[in-house]
Amino acid sequence: MFGNILIWFVIIPILMMAGLGVCRNSSMNAIRAVMTIGSTALMVLGIWLTVDFLGLRAAGEQAEMLYMGSWLWYAPLNIHLAVGVDGISVLMLLLSCVIVFAGTFASWKISPLPKNFFLWFCLLSTGVFGFFISIDMFTMFMFYEVALIPMYLLIGVWGTGRKEYSAMKLTLMLMGGSAFLMLGLLGIFWHSAPELQNCTWNILEISHNSQIDPSWQRMLFCFTFVGFGVLGAMFPFHTWSPDGHACAPTAVSMLHAGVLMKLGGYGCFRIAIFLLPQAANELAWVFIVLTGISIVYGAFSACVQTDLKYINAYSSVSHCGMVLFAILMLNTTAMTGAILQMLSHGLMTALFFALIGMIYGRTHTRDIRKMGGLMKIMPYLGVCYMIAGFASLGLPGLSGFVAEMTIFFGSFQDADMFHRVFVIAATCSIVITAVYILRVVGKLLLGPVQDEHHLALTDATWFERFSTVTLILCIAGIGCFPNWINETIQHSFQPIIAVIQAAAL
Amino acid sequence: MDITLPILILAIPIAMFLILGIGGVVMPRKVAGILGILGMGTCAVLAYTVAFTYFFSGAPEFISELGQRLQYQVFDVTWLAFTQSLVVKIGFLLDPISAMMLVVITTISFFVHLYSWGYMEHEPGFQRYYAFLNLFSFSMLGLVVATNIFQMYIFWELVGVSSYLLIGFFYKLPSAVSASKKAFIVTRFADLGFLIGILVLSYYTDTFNFQALTSNPELVMAECGGATFLGASVMTWAMVLIFMGGMGKSAMMPLHIWLPDAMEGPTPVSALIHAATMVVAGVYLVARMFPCYCQVPASMDFVGVVGAITAFYAAVVACCQVDIKRVLAFSTISQIAFMMVSLAVARDYVPVGEHWHAPGLGYMASMFHLFTHAMFKALLFLGAGCLIHAVHSNNYTAMGGLRKYMPITHWTFLIGCLAIAGIPPFSGFFSKDEMLAAMYQNSFFWGAWMSMVAGLTAFYMFRLYYLIFWWEENPHYEHHKPHDAPWQMSLPLIILALVSCVAGFIPFGEFVTYNGEPYHIHLEASVAITSVIIAVAAIALATWLYMKKNDRPAKMRAALPTLWEAAHRRFYWDEIYQFITHKIIFGIICQSIAWFDRHVIDATMDGFAKVTQKASFSIRGMQNGHIQAYVAWYFFGAIALAAFVWWCIL
Repeated sequence: MFGNILIWFVIIPILMMAGLGVCRNSSMNAIRAVMTIGSTALMVLGIWLTVDFLGLRAAGEQAEMLYMGSWLWYAPLNIHLAVGVDGISVLMLLLSCVIVFAGTFASWKISPLPKNFFLWFCLLSTGVFGFFISIDMFTMFMFYEVALIPMYLLIGVWGTGRKEYSAMKLTLMLMGGSAFLMLGLLGIFWHSAPELQNCTWNILEISHNSQIDPSWQRMLFCFTFVGFGVLGAMFPFHTWSPDGHACAPTAVSMLHAGVLMKLGGYGCFRIAIFLLPQAANELAWVFIVLTGISIVYGAFSACVQTDLKYINAYSSVSHCGMVLFAILMLNTTAMTGAILQMLSHGLMTALFFALIGMIYGRTHTRDIRKMGGLMKIMPYLGVCYMIAGFASLGLPGLSGFVAEMTIFFGSFQDADMFHRVFVIAATCSIVITAVYILRVVGKLLLGPVQDEHHLALTDATWFERFSTVTLILCIAGIGCFPNWINETIQHSFQPIIAVIQAAAL
Repeated sequence: MDITLPILILAIPIAMFLILGIGGVVMPRKVAGILGILGMGTCAVLAYTVAFTYFFSGAPEFISELGQRLQYQVFDVTWLAFTQSLVVKIGFLLDPISAMMLVVITTISFFVHLYSWGYMEHEPGFQRYYAFLNLFSFSMLGLVVATNIFQMYIFWELVGVSSYLLIGFFYKLPSAVSASKKAFIVTRFADLGFLIGILVLSYYTDTFNFQALTSNPELVMAECGGATFLGASVMTWAMVLIFMGGMGKSAMMPLHIWLPDAMEGPTPVSALIHAATMVVAGVYLVARMFPCYCQVPASMDFVGVVGAITAFYAAVVACCQVDIKRVLAFSTISQIAFMMVSLAVARDYVPVGEHWHAPGLGYMASMFHLFTHAMFKALLFLGAGCLIHAVHSNNYTAMGGLRKYMPITHWTFLIGCLAIAGIPPFSGFFSKDEMLAAMYQNSFFWGAWMSMVAGLTAFYMFRLYYLIFWWEENPHYEHHKPHDAPWQMSLPLIILALVSCVAGFIPFGEFVTYNGEPYHIHLEASVAITSVIIAVAAIALATWLYMKKNDRPAKMRAALPTLWEAAHRRFYWDEIYQFITHKIIFGIICQSIAWFDRHVIDATMDGFAKVTQKASFSIRGMQNGHIQAYVAWYFFGAIALAAFVWWCIL
């Protein structure tokens, strides 16, 4: 079991928690040491996995999933700890490693109770990593819940503003989604084989063997898609996102927008579409309408917000809407674009929230009307904010452009009028995004200094610089050299697309 | 051809951007300035070498045995593969127009680098300025050498952002910030059209590559069959939408509103981006896709009509502006529209034989004018920069009688004005004559309309010239005597003035034609004489009105107050846009969506929670800790259960 590289993605955060357990709350350096070593180890592991995975693929390894392993966990219900990754999961793991790494440095000076903060932080990471390595639906669901619960405490204790309300709202809405999801997963499990003894939770086995009755598929598709869609901030289940993000501490916002929201998109295609392909073909249009609304609606809402975090939360609604929208197009190019958008959105939103946290830590306000001319006072943070903004509005050379273009060109392959109308509506978001990004940049960073007190503020410290540079390098890396990622994802989508196309006939 | 030089042409500016952008913080300004100038100088030399090799080496990949110039892809590497056939590549295409643009961009960029050394000397953020200039040069070079329409779109966006950064260079001024924002959003809106156009075009043709699109346009256009949308064929939509991108960048009506405001940027930037290079990207786009546009006559008509309206509009507005940079900005809009019309009229194939016009004369003329215009308009802007530097104001009201104080600026500015007015032997005369010849050849209407615009051009340029250099001496000169600029600023003026004097004699038809076959330029006497007479008459009128201080202009203005005010306010386009964006989009759409989100959707979610909470509160009375109450509940419960069981059994 410990010989499988994937298991270590879960073990390392658990070891980090153990390490934090022996630290005292007052010994900040020990806590930082544990976190730095742990997150660096994760980063190294993530990079190593990616390189090794690409090496195996280049060597002609054609299996659908690599590094497979399965250990029986609960025999009566046939639950396994089953792991395995394809190119998409590898990239998601790598993304999570980067965000955890950057998040650690962004919360270098967290207080109060740093030890407890990082304990929950590591538990959350455990859930995220466990989710991406699992191919057993039950284990996946369990890790999903493990990732959700710490959010409540992280926001409720370390948050700002109406933190209890927001924490409760976020948790309850996501739990509501989980309830739908659980129903859906149970339904898939019970229909995976004629007799209970042969029922399986394993995603690959279900997709290869079982023929779920189409009428059941329709119901289960709605359950699972809505369940994951809530986490993916799909209209009209997105309202946890603005409040939740606004009150969350920096690293939690980073991790939540950067990785946790990706769990939604990932689950949507890995479970809802892959396992229920007939229903996906039939019912995609319903969710295309909802996600199409998300894209434009989120962007328009972001235009008039005055709180930095609200702007980015609504922007996330728009960008994550794009992810689900592209997944529902059910063709390789658009779905590849969806994964690219997940990576891109994860990195740039993490960068945004990190920067907002840093700015808030200095000015003690997030209201753009009360700030101005910060570029003069803190040029480093200003430049980073502009880069994040440019990534968000899709400047070529940064990751957002690659993702959006792949989505648009992929979605345009569906030639009927319904799809065309929604794709063109979605493309309009590039203009609205430019409007709200430049509005913020203009008010926050440029122009005359609004508040005299801000003149005394200082620019970024070394750990803040380190955190942001990591993210910016990743954003520019994807933006300048997208093709290897694109090919990896496209290759991983082949079996999924094959299933969908077979079901469409 | 060796790929080192083309790669270096692109690599030097981007490397300079990174070096100056990241290292600029610790770099002294002198080092940054020298690095920038040397880098762009090297780049210019390399570009000249490449262009020279292309035009004169006679290598088989550049010129066929019949003397036709060919398109040659120096390299073309995969950047992103959407599908098997839709692959985005980054490459370097050499053909007559891209080689010409390489020369134009690097030349003007080099002069602007040199000029800025003097002009921006005392500005904070000098290093950042040079970094952005290099970013712009890189993007613009990448745009013109694009091998496929998607690469063009990529660099199209990058020039947009460079323009945003440079317009907003003085970022502490709110006017500069809003001007840069406006420029970016307006062009972004246009780029949305461009993007949808590319989506449609690539869906039906299954390629991005320019060579594939233009070598056999009939076949390509036949691919989409008879698909129509809202009464026009799909290809018409695609080509018009692609042109919309060009309308944004080239400031055609009704997307022209950003360019006058873009003058908030430093003047050398206006010379480089908003006069010579980026704003002609729209013309370049149409020229690049020329065979495709020819296949879709409706889209070419659209180009022509938009161009003709814009040319006239901008020329009228330019007559009534006070800010000298805005006069030049409107003049640029008008001249670019001129090029657009020239391209639009070039589509008709006139039978060769007794007629001496080559087919596609307008194409050659348009590119010729692009070249000459880049030189003399950059000259005029740089001259305007010297004037602004000297009197610290953009308005001609702060100038007047400057010819004695600033002789170099005066003479070079005069050459620029003569060139743009179309007076022989300056360069503008030759290119404008070719364009007008092409227009008259198409129809008398086009020719007459554009001749009128040419007349207006001569008038407003000389109005500007006289108001700056003649009229009456401004009394402020006593406190602060204006003088000519330092050599870094004067040298580019002199060189560009010389170029403007001689560029007309370049046998342009030998180098750039729509199909690569060389063509001998002739001057058509009737067109040439007519246009010179019109220009001289317009200059004479301007001389009569503005040379010496008098009350004739004021009287004219008083005679037509509404027209003057409307033209001065640019026919209220900005107010209309302001109303649509602020009142309708922000005020109504965004606000109501945000309200709906908070008060309907979120309130519903909160409502669920509240209902649950209320329900819990209302039944919690049962759990009150009184034994008697529990016993009572137990007793009634037991009876109810027994009754239920009894009812079921029966």
